[in-house]
Amino acid sequence: MSLQSSRLPHPMVTRIAVIIGLLILWEIFGRMGTSLFFSPFSKVVMSGHEIFYEPEVRRALLTTSGVLALAFILSLALGLVLGLSIAMSKFTYQTFMPVLLLLYAIPQITILPLFVLYFGNGPASKIAFGVSHGMFPVAVSVIAGVQGIKPILLTSAASMGATRAQIFRRITLPYLVPSLFTGMRLASTAALLGVLLAELYASAGGVGHFTRRFSETFQPDKLYALIGALAIMAIVINESMRRLEKRFSKWR
Amino acid sequence: MSGAAAGVSGGVTERLSRRGRRLSLLTKLAVFAALMVLWHLLTVTEIISPFFLPQPMAVMTVFWRILSTGRALPDLGVTFFEFAVAGPIAVLTGVVAGYLISMTRYSTVVLEPVISSLYAIPIIIFYPISVMALGIGPESKIAHGALFGFFPICLNTIQGFSGVDAIYLRMARSTGATKAQLLRRILIPAAAPTILGGVRLGLMLCFLAIIGGETIASLEGLGHRIVWYAEGMQMVNMFAYMVFVILIATAMNACLSLLELRRRGG
Repeated sequence: MSLQSSRLPHPMVTRIAVIIGLLILWEIFGRMGTSLFFSPFSKVVMSGHEIFYEPEVRRALLTTSGVLALAFILSLALGLVLGLSIAMSKFTYQTFMPVLLLLYAIPQITILPLFVLYFGNGPASKIAFGVSHGMFPVAVSVIAGVQGIKPILLTSAASMGATRAQIFRRITLPYLVPSLFTGMRLASTAALLGVLLAELYASAGGVGHFTRRFSETFQPDKLYALIGALAIMAIVINESMRRLEKRFSKWR
Repeated sequence: MSGAAAGVSGGVTERLSRRGRRLSLLTKLAVFAALMVLWHLLTVTEIISPFFLPQPMAVMTVFWRILSTGRALPDLGVTFFEFAVAGPIAVLTGVVAGYLISMTRYSTVVLEPVISSLYAIPIIIFYPISVMALGIGPESKIAHGALFGFFPICLNTIQGFSGVDAIYLRMARSTGATKAQLLRRILIPAAAPTILGGVRLGLMLCFLAIIGGETIASLEGLGHRIVWYAEGMQMVNMFAYMVFVILIATAMNACLSLLELRRRGG
């Protein structure tokens, strides 16, 4: 298991070659026969180009992105408040942390119909379901961040006469930054999952409406293009969050 | 779904001491009891309409009827059949693919990032494709569940095999171990804990993905039954089935964790 770097090309080159090879395989399989369910890569790209100029699809993508952004921001705000209030003191931690973990462990997909009953099948239920996915990881990593602060810092600050507000601003907050970014990364993927689940379940206006329409009318090229766009969106969000997290946790 | 939960909460819960854990069990029960009482009071006094939130006693009665009359058995059978097919597929393909990728250092460096960035995609978005290609029956749920479970199992297998200390390998080779011996005596025992962690997460995700698939588009199964009652506005039945599915998922998670812990200990 040794790395023979002298003879092998750079990993990135091979990686791109592998991906291109898979796309070529996809193209060949797609052309091998006319199928109702499968479409060659080139056709998917062409109709991808086409559907993104349709105003309806554009509006749907925009709606979903807006819902996702709102769900993400609300997850961060609620998660931060929840996390800070649980981590505030030993008592609140011991009382509410088990409850938080209990709630976090509930498989939320089972209660999705409840969200639609309560919030309707418009954007509200999607935002709510996204938030209910996104806020727990934020809260848990904020709590882990507060717990991870070295006690000696707090003791020495207190012995030098720092007020609670000063301790919070000068020690707790800067120490929270890395775990907050970890929470942000987890929340972005969780909120995306929640929003897309709700989209696919009750689709009025968003992307889910079009995935259903394209699959029911057997237009695989359009369906693949739309799903490909969502997949690229997910990878971009995740990658940029990972970079942000890496950058902001350097100082520690 | 609760996949991320397992990853993040582990560090925090481990920090709780044993006394703290017993205390936390007590508080859990106390808070749970308080919530039930609150729920009961709010619904009995009809501050919250029963169309919105059914009474806990009514839910409990129906839940008991589900258990005692076995009327959930057809749906339970469908869901477990799907899981019994999809789970092994996910484990087998995940472990084999992971092992093949980790065979050389170079293939690990090249392919691992590809798989982990695919893992960042919420796999639920591929579900419409499996419904279009395989129909609304169990086949689409099996494909979807297997795909969902594949990624964590594959990634953990890669991590497990490539994390084996090189010293062990060198030692085994210098004492003349064959390839088969190397695999059986060193690679598999060293990688097993990590792989089992992936298997637990993957099987859990697989089960929840099947429930999710049934919720989104299906004619049978536990996930579908919840939706069916929701669409009929039969809140009591819907809540009873939700409790039922959540309990099954919790029990399954507990069993899988137990398996993982036992293997790690022995």
